[in-house]
Amino acid sequence: MAAQKNVSGSKVKKKVVNVIVHVILAILAFIWLLPIFWVILTSFRAEKGSYVTSFFPKGYTLNNYKKLFTDTSILDFPQMFKNTFIIAIFTCIIATIFVLSVAYCMSRMRFKMRKPYMNMAMILGLFPSFMSMIAVYYILKAIGLSEGSMIRVALIIVYSAGAGMQFYVAKGFFDTVPKALDEAAIIDGATRWQVFTKIVVPLSKPIIVYTIITSFMTPWLDFIFAKVICRADAKYYTVALGLWKMLEKEYIDSWYTCFAAGAVVVSIPIAILFLATQKFYVEGMSGAVKG
Amino acid sequence: MKQAGKKKKVKEFATEYTLANAIKKGDVFTRLSLIIMGFGNIVHKQILKGLMFLGVEVAYIWFMITSGFYNLSMLPSLGWREQEKVWNEKKSVYEYTAGDQSLLLLLYGIATIFITVCFIVVWKEAVTSSYKSQVLAKEGKHLNTFKEDCKSLLNQNLYKLLMAGPLAGIFIFTVLPLIFMITMAFTNYSKVNDHLTLFDWVGLANFKKILNFNDSIGSTFYSVLAWTIIWAIFATALNYILGMILAIVINRKETHAKAFWRFCFVLSIAVPQFVSLLIMRTMLQPTGIVNTLLLKHGLIDTALPFFTNATWARVTVIVINLWVGIPYTLLQVTGILQNIPAELYEAAKIDGANAVQTFFKITLPYMLFVMTPYLITQFTGNVNNFNVIFLLSGGNPTPVEATAGKTDLLVTWLYKLTIEKNYYNLGAVIGIMTFIVLAIVALVTYRNTTSYKDEEGFM
Repeated sequence: MAAQKNVSGSKVKKKVVNVIVHVILAILAFIWLLPIFWVILTSFRAEKGSYVTSFFPKGYTLNNYKKLFTDTSILDFPQMFKNTFIIAIFTCIIATIFVLSVAYCMSRMRFKMRKPYMNMAMILGLFPSFMSMIAVYYILKAIGLSEGSMIRVALIIVYSAGAGMQFYVAKGFFDTVPKALDEAAIIDGATRWQVFTKIVVPLSKPIIVYTIITSFMTPWLDFIFAKVICRADAKYYTVALGLWKMLEKEYIDSWYTCFAAGAVVVSIPIAILFLATQKFYVEGMSGAVKG
Repeated sequence: MKQAGKKKKVKEFATEYTLANAIKKGDVFTRLSLIIMGFGNIVHKQILKGLMFLGVEVAYIWFMITSGFYNLSMLPSLGWREQEKVWNEKKSVYEYTAGDQSLLLLLYGIATIFITVCFIVVWKEAVTSSYKSQVLAKEGKHLNTFKEDCKSLLNQNLYKLLMAGPLAGIFIFTVLPLIFMITMAFTNYSKVNDHLTLFDWVGLANFKKILNFNDSIGSTFYSVLAWTIIWAIFATALNYILGMILAIVINRKETHAKAFWRFCFVLSIAVPQFVSLLIMRTMLQPTGIVNTLLLKHGLIDTALPFFTNATWARVTVIVINLWVGIPYTLLQVTGILQNIPAELYEAAKIDGANAVQTFFKITLPYMLFVMTPYLITQFTGNVNNFNVIFLLSGGNPTPVEATAGKTDLLVTWLYKLTIEKNYYNLGAVIGIMTFIVLAIVALVTYRNTTSYKDEEGFM
């Protein structure tokens, strides 16, 4: 009898714990989603300005989106979107090639400069990344890339030139691809290049997707480098820089709701990309951490 | 076994074709290559290769004569000619003579040194290559033709081909600028006394100023440094532990709709960080929606000072950083958690351990073991976490007359000192200091992790 009571007692306790856990999760999820929900609401808000007194808008409108894409006199959002897109594509191509190349060399080839290179990459990673920003700006200026449409080239270089140092995650993943495969292929007369392109790369889809996505997203997310390189040349602003600008004192009153609309517009493709490739992200990371 | 491995390592990349050997045992042609690069190669019928070496030499000499020597000669003084107004008789106007610009002189000087170092590397390569062709020719062995050399780039020398681009990028756009900025720390390049166009070397004066507790900049430095370290420890540890607890809770057998909960949290990563941070900032302003709603419902009498009171601001940025960081931890640890051997938990259960005990005795040690490298990256990332601070609080609240606010990290302070105040020299010193702090932490911990010591063990 007593034992039965005990069992049902612990069952009740378990149920209570379970309910509490779910309630806590629900509260946390609510907190995490609240800001996102808030910005979506704001993007449809009819009242102007950043000062509002209620959580839900008093009126709904699509004008914020309309203004964002049509009012190009002060802050040209479509142009910024185009700039960022072009920069992102090129950055993505160059950075992915760099990262995979270095990761392959570090994982599969043994040469004298290998360890020194890995140590160097680690040491360089410890410096604040934009400490050298001003110097980079002068170097770009010295080779004539700081004016006009060359700003785009400059930004592509800035985002992709250092990619060779971000090889750790990819190297960790390559390490998990069995080396016996390479050896067998080399015995069969394959060159290292063929091993790289025909064996290691096809077996490493998760990490390649991960690399492509992260490098594609860099130009959308960074604004500090863009700020230093673009200076006052608003024609070549990237999206991040433009959105940041909208919250500056002189613009915030008329552009606040447009900022929210812009944030939604930028977030949607990135969110889709990210959620679609989340599996690869996790697989890539866990492969890397194991090493 | 290990000893043998170590011994092998020393010899692994050893070659008899060294510079010393080339000078000692080389014949006339090889020794001539010391002056005329590629000579030995040309003699031994590696004509294209030899010509390429020669081409590099010609280009370098041309560069040095046209500008290199001038650049080097200006390095010690960094220029002295000021811009002057000169009356032009013909056009009857004042014209400006180009004065020296120390910044450019410094940059060009360093670039010249850089190019010289690269040239020396190529030169060494040329000499040893000549020597190698001499030895091989003497022994009657096969000398690689140019075509074969190119082919080897796809095979045993593939690393040279693959590393060339990334290395060039790193050296030109990371190492060179970094050296440039480091040298700046030893100059008086700043707005003070109008040293923005012409400046001089000042030795360690800037370091003394920053480390001097009685100086206003110095005392700011210590307080910013202390806050940076506190911030990095809290941000890393809290994110890690709370994120892991969340992952464990979601992973529990009894939790329903696991995928849904994960989706909710991961969605916040999918929104670009600067967007969510800017939104948070506007929400938490004195007139932002949070304060407005709380005031309206009578829960508070005055607006909460999220970014206007030092302690409030510090707690706020740490808490919001949790919002940003926990989903990342969740994403990362979920997979690893499932790898922990289930027997460990069963044994613990039989021994009567409760959830808290199993967490601290099994889960946490296991995770720390596997994820130390990740944690170090997180720590360095947090010390250099520009975005969160700059976009959220902007370093505020800032006391009047101070160069750094109460939530400024070393990096954001560096930004303010250089971009806003034009104290480039002090900014460079702070960059170096940040590096030193990180280097100590990283080297001590990283060197002790198994994944560094036993790198080959996992392959």
